[in-house]
Amino acid sequence: MTDGSRIWALHLAALSAVIAAQILLPSYYANQLARILVLAIFAMGYNIAHGYTGLLSLGHALFFAFGMYGAGLAVWQVEWTFFPAVVLGMIAGGVSAGAVGLLALRTTGVSFMIVTLMFAQAGYLTILYFGSYTGGDEGFVVETIGRQVFGHDLAQDTPRALMAFALFAIAVLAKLWLVRSPFGRVMVAIRENEDRSRMLGYNPFRVKLIVMIISGLYAGLAGAAYGILFGYVGASFATVQYSILPMLYALMGGAGTVLGPLLGTILMFALVEIASIVTSQQVLVVGVALVGLVMFAPRGVLGVVRDRWLRWLP
Amino acid sequence: MSLQARGLTKTFGGICAVDGVDFDLVQGEIQALIGPNGAGKTTFVGLLSGRIVPDAGQILLGTQDITKLPAHSRVRLGIAYTFQITSIFPGLSVFDNVALAAQSRGAQPLKPAVIAALRRVGLAELAGKTAGTLSYGHQRLLELAMGLALTPRILILDEPTQGLAAGEIDAFVALIRSLVPKMTVLLIEHNMDVVMNLADRITVLNNGQVLARGTPADIQANKAVQTAYLGGGDYVAA
Repeated sequence: MTDGSRIWALHLAALSAVIAAQILLPSYYANQLARILVLAIFAMGYNIAHGYTGLLSLGHALFFAFGMYGAGLAVWQVEWTFFPAVVLGMIAGGVSAGAVGLLALRTTGVSFMIVTLMFAQAGYLTILYFGSYTGGDEGFVVETIGRQVFGHDLAQDTPRALMAFALFAIAVLAKLWLVRSPFGRVMVAIRENEDRSRMLGYNPFRVKLIVMIISGLYAGLAGAAYGILFGYVGASFATVQYSILPMLYALMGGAGTVLGPLLGTILMFALVEIASIVTSQQVLVVGVALVGLVMFAPRGVLGVVRDRWLRWLP
Repeated sequence: MSLQARGLTKTFGGICAVDGVDFDLVQGEIQALIGPNGAGKTTFVGLLSGRIVPDAGQILLGTQDITKLPAHSRVRLGIAYTFQITSIFPGLSVFDNVALAAQSRGAQPLKPAVIAALRRVGLAELAGKTAGTLSYGHQRLLELAMGLALTPRILILDEPTQGLAAGEIDAFVALIRSLVPKMTVLLIEHNMDVVMNLADRITVLNNGQVLARGTPADIQANKAVQTAYLGGGDYVAA
């Protein structure tokens, strides 16, 4: 089998396993899986920026929140239906990431982290400041009109699970195509050696800006889907925690791999679930997981698998 | 394609690394840039390739003023630069390293262009290897293959034979000779055998200024060059 067919076969098999789990799992876990799939879209977007291109952003909560509020407000204020609202949210994520990128990409490394973090915090405070439009601290519940698709109610378990899966599958396949394209090769080149990339004729700023926008589209899609599928839009999704989580998911599953973010999200959910039996301080588990990861497996689970066994894994 | 520099100047913290240099690279020639360590050679080609912004002066590619163009745009115009300190993508395969160069110039289809560039430097068998695992000499050759895959009009090579074995140097000389007159080559080189063997013309830099220019024979006969660089006439061309 060639690398190409092997790769597509593996990813289609992974998608089949996910849909099988959706059907077979008891409803509590199937619901958790729907949540995982939507957050995995977010983590995949983060991974495009960080894992592939080396952009360590702490501002992705802003793009997630822009997607969520873009879609949620469109439903709440102007009664848009599901698909236009989600597309609007996705675009809001991409545009906000592009705007932040235009300024933040003038910096690199730690400065880039700080600048993106500042923008995200400013966005969070803006949401609170315009509380009369955004619902402020309390947020708002997404109305039924935005949750109807072809006569099905996305508040119900099965339609919700299928919609989460459909969006996730599209996101996986699009990402697989992206990272295997010539542009995907350039993304990795920028991460590996920016100076050399420039001397091969690539404008690093332009490449990174495009990557930020793609990453923002993913974050925006995830935010929009999360808000509508689970029926709630709130300012807490714009806090720094939601910049750290996708990073953690992607790092744990394998930075710079297509399926890593899904695996990482599943593992973190499982970890928190198990920890909640013993303690109410689940965030502590998240912190310990991050420290352990950086110390013992900085490439994440699939990163190790790729290094040891599957060299062809994208 | 010709390349000209007029009054090119660059100062680093009060030290004039390149001081009002006029320079001509003629279409189809191989020109060598030599000079003692610290003469400003790497800074000078940095200015030509756009890696360093000049304080004063002008650079013309053909008739186009490229002084203000960023490095990546100059690469797109056909000025390729290979690094003195090997600069490859260590985590990527040898193939991907060269593919990045080839696709930058829009090579279609990609694979034959990459294999052709690798074959020219003798690395085609190593295409699947991770670049960082290659020997130092092979990494130098990979760097050269990346330069070739850019199909440049002007190829600037910064100490390309450093770290190559004797047999590899002979192959390198033959390869560079095969590139002209289609390409134009500017070579920074410390190996005098290679310089005398390859160069049509030589420019000698010293303390950021042009000390001499001329044919290899002129340069060997030049007393000022012998004092500054060749060690007072000890050097005898092979």
